[in-house]
Amino acid sequence: MSNVTFLKKWFNRRKEVETDERQEEDFYRAGQWQLVWWKFRQHKLARFSMSLLAVMYFITIFAEFMSPHDPSRRFRDYLAFPPTSIHIRDETGRFRSPFIYSMKMGRDPVTARPVYEEDTSVIYPIGLLVRGDPYKFWGLFPTDIHFFGTGQDNMPIFLMGTDALGRDVLSRIFHGGRISLSVGLIGVTISFILGLLLGGISGFFGGLIDEIIQRIIEVLTTLPQIPLWMALSAALPREWPQLRIYFYTTIILSIFGWTGLARIVRGRLLSMREEDFVLAAKLDGENERTIITRYMLPGFASYIIVSLTGALPGMILGETALSFLGIGLNPPTISWGVMLQGAQDIMNVAHYPWVLWPVPVVVLAVLLFNFVGDGLRDAADPYIT
Amino acid sequence: MTEQMKIPVNNINEHQTQPPLLEIKSLKKYFPIQQGFFKRVVGHVKAVDDVSLYVNEGETLGLVGESGCGKTTTGRCILKAITPSSGEIWFNDPDMGRVNVNELEHEQLVQVRRNMRMIFQDPYASLNPRMTLQDIVGAPLRAMKIAKGKELEDRVAEMLRRVGLRPEYMRRYPHAFSGGQRQRIGLARALAPNPKFLVCDEPVSALDVSVQAQILNLLQELQEEMGLTYLFVAHDLSVVAHISERVAVMYVGKMVEMAPTQELFMTPKHPYTEALMSAIPRPDPTPREKRIILTGEVANPANPPSGCYFHPRCAYVEDICKTKEPVYEEISPGHYVKCHRAAELKLSGVMNLA
Amino acid sequence: MPANNVIAEIKNLHTNFYLREGVARAVAGVNLTLEKGRTLGIVGESGCGKSVTAHSLMQLVPSPGKIEEGEILFYPPGSTTEVIEIHKLEPNSKEMRAIRGNQISMVFQEPMTSMLPVRTVGAQIMEAIILHQQVSKAEARTRAIEILSRVKLPNADRIVDTYPFQLSGGMRQRAVIAMALSCNPNLLIADEPTTALDVTTEAQILDLLRALQQDFDMGIMYITHNLGVIAEIADDVAVMYMGKVVEQTDTSSLFFKPLHPYTQALLRSIPQLDDVMARTGKNKRLETIKGMVPDPYRILPGCVFHPRCPQFMEGICDQIAPEIIEVEPDHIVRCHLYTAPAEAHTAKDARL
Repeated sequence: MSNVTFLKKWFNRRKEVETDERQEEDFYRAGQWQLVWWKFRQHKLARFSMSLLAVMYFITIFAEFMSPHDPSRRFRDYLAFPPTSIHIRDETGRFRSPFIYSMKMGRDPVTARPVYEEDTSVIYPIGLLVRGDPYKFWGLFPTDIHFFGTGQDNMPIFLMGTDALGRDVLSRIFHGGRISLSVGLIGVTISFILGLLLGGISGFFGGLIDEIIQRIIEVLTTLPQIPLWMALSAALPREWPQLRIYFYTTIILSIFGWTGLARIVRGRLLSMREEDFVLAAKLDGENERTIITRYMLPGFASYIIVSLTGALPGMILGETALSFLGIGLNPPTISWGVMLQGAQDIMNVAHYPWVLWPVPVVVLAVLLFNFVGDGLRDAADPYIT
Repeated sequence: MTEQMKIPVNNINEHQTQPPLLEIKSLKKYFPIQQGFFKRVVGHVKAVDDVSLYVNEGETLGLVGESGCGKTTTGRCILKAITPSSGEIWFNDPDMGRVNVNELEHEQLVQVRRNMRMIFQDPYASLNPRMTLQDIVGAPLRAMKIAKGKELEDRVAEMLRRVGLRPEYMRRYPHAFSGGQRQRIGLARALAPNPKFLVCDEPVSALDVSVQAQILNLLQELQEEMGLTYLFVAHDLSVVAHISERVAVMYVGKMVEMAPTQELFMTPKHPYTEALMSAIPRPDPTPREKRIILTGEVANPANPPSGCYFHPRCAYVEDICKTKEPVYEEISPGHYVKCHRAAELKLSGVMNLA
Repeated sequence: MPANNVIAEIKNLHTNFYLREGVARAVAGVNLTLEKGRTLGIVGESGCGKSVTAHSLMQLVPSPGKIEEGEILFYPPGSTTEVIEIHKLEPNSKEMRAIRGNQISMVFQEPMTSMLPVRTVGAQIMEAIILHQQVSKAEARTRAIEILSRVKLPNADRIVDTYPFQLSGGMRQRAVIAMALSCNPNLLIADEPTTALDVTTEAQILDLLRALQQDFDMGIMYITHNLGVIAEIADDVAVMYMGKVVEQTDTSSLFFKPLHPYTQALLRSIPQLDDVMARTGKNKRLETIKGMVPDPYRILPGCVFHPRCPQFMEGICDQIAPEIIEVEPDHIVRCHLYTAPAEAHTAKDARL
């Protein structure tokens, strides 16, 4: 029973019709990507992960607006402040819209470290679209509107607490996502271009060029990945601007990424040459370029996407690892890896564990990408029997 | 060896009044066997080894043999879908005249492929699942610059109608169709440029019995309507007998016998043909008097036996068969055979075996 | 209690496949009896449920499939009273594994998939022998060589140490048959064992199976889509269509006196050599069955064949599902065109 038949049954059931002809016609006229999408949608976990990832990317794109504070602002009164708790019920037991209490700082009599206590007499309601730290949206439009906050400068909201320097962890995670989530995308794009190009050349021309490219891939894949990344990153001059460092880091991360893709592209090209429908196209008088672009490429485009989704988490982890070790990006740039640099100190971890928030966020992002990859893999070829 | 080849080639159609539509002379296709890092050639698989045959206009020539005998490779060499190692493929093209397909390049090859087309065995693998019927059937029209736009659409609709599909299906993708219907689509694509000659590579062997009959009938109808000529490659002898006027038998890359269908089936001249006839499973439970069960295995085309390739399995083997390769010759008008003992042997055809 | 020579019986078997997309009724009420020393051929087009019937008998129905209803009874030899109710056994139970490969064995279509490529032919046969019988390794090897020579493999003592990929298709299928026969089964299920082979090799294997059946005195259930092969090998034939047996009788009755319109159409749709040889002039056309096999998820009202039947009777065939009718002794058919000789009219009137 072919995959397509299953899909058809599902399709008909979804539309809650047995054999309505027009509905079936929709199915019969569905192209590759439509079928892939329908198949993907059946994978509930992947669909859910996809939406969650979309939310994550949305937040990072609008990070200035979504975060309650300027990520670099140091709140000197709130150093290593624990996450603020949100209340909906006040002292008298009355329900009201979400609010926070004012915090009073005291000192632990033994360790002399700051201890914060809620002062239940003063209430700060949480508002949407409130004024806060001024910023330039995407570096273009000056504004001070934030998605949420207290709107009061003397009582800021720290949903994930602050770090040792008094910076808001949540705002930093939002901003850090810009680097951490985009490093994967850009790295994957570079891998994609390299892989498609070199794999395509290898598979299409064959012969000596093929041999050389294949040997290069073999050499690259035998090199230990993390040490090489470390060596290359460490070689980047410290004095370079952060943007350039970021750019080179993505290149370093994609050095390994393309090899797998190049192999897939080459293998598929070679096997597709043997397919009957490609031979038929040749006999139909189609020229080489059309055969490759119209017959062969669409045949493995979905595999490429799967392979790229699979490569994304590795790159995100790579950036995090390099920055954590201090050889990737460095402060004042904000990325999840950079944020974790602070977690290298055991004292920090022991006393204010909330600075480790980037860890679950990275784990979540990686997991979501893997789930989406799973769903895509199942959906990639709706035609296999 | 060259000496041997010439004999059949020269007299291959002495009895014909008009030259055949297609004539193949000592076609060879050797696939190199490569070994080691430097891809050194250590030998050859002689997939097609010195095959000569002809197909007259309007007829169907059946090409039979067991798997690996080179019948599919022969079919593909004819269209130069794979390049033959050597040999001549003479085709009477209505536009270009008599041409040797093996010598054609690029433009001319595209031109000749308007008139020589092919249908495939696997109805699933032979259609691009990512293209609509309009694109699939219209591909040769567009690529060969025969039609475009509205005209192309009309022609595709006409082709679909001819093969028994509704023109409205044009916007559908192949996944909407069953094996038999897909085979019809493949046929529509092949016939779109209005060809003269069709290589049918096992077109019904992947289909269920009831659907197989539909496709065979369709092939016969189209042949009459459009004046087509078929080379029908198959391993099912009953099907080949049903559809072909003449039948050619291959064994390990070589032609062993070619004759008009009834003559071949009633009075085979090659012991392999006889064994093949005898092995056909027939829907008739009446016990047969004698049945030839071949011993041993099909020879390896990379390392064939000496002399006649069939001698290790042949019931009528003599010393000469083991050392000398027999000549492929015409022993009676239109009946060619490659056997030392063709003239003396009295072999049983299908009727005697029943 | 059935007659002495009955090995296994299938009664009203229903096997369904539960898929996200619906329930496919692969086998929908099949009754079969397998006898010692006889070959029952099961013939039908792809998707008719012939293989699933065989898999059900072995409790080998793959995952989304389930035996829903019916009985599968196995009568072990040497006992007149013992009955094993296969349908009640768990697929992986000890009891089932003791039967499978021992008393009932199976030969599949693709010989390469039924043998492990990484172990020698001999090792795989020996394993089967040791699993089911208490013998030493040396003894098992002797038996493996013996069984390999019984399937007429030349140089059995050498082949025992070869790997499956070193053998040709025909030889491999012989080795698979040897493996299936290694424990002297009472019943051999052959699921299209010659479909992947060439005609001359097919003839060899069919010849071998016939000879082995006499030697081993076993029952064979032979599944194929090829009516020619059925005529060669089967004693009795069941024709299946959409999960149902539409006609069942002995082989010569089926070929010379087919009753069900589907059987008749099937027989007429294959090219017959006799017709070809007798003809003069232009090729004649084959008769065809219109349309194609419906979707397995569909439940058709009435007879499963009615949309394609040339003798379709409106109001009957599309309304009432035909029952099994024994038109002649041992010739049963599921069709409204026929009535059982005894209760002929009453039965039909009652249904109408």
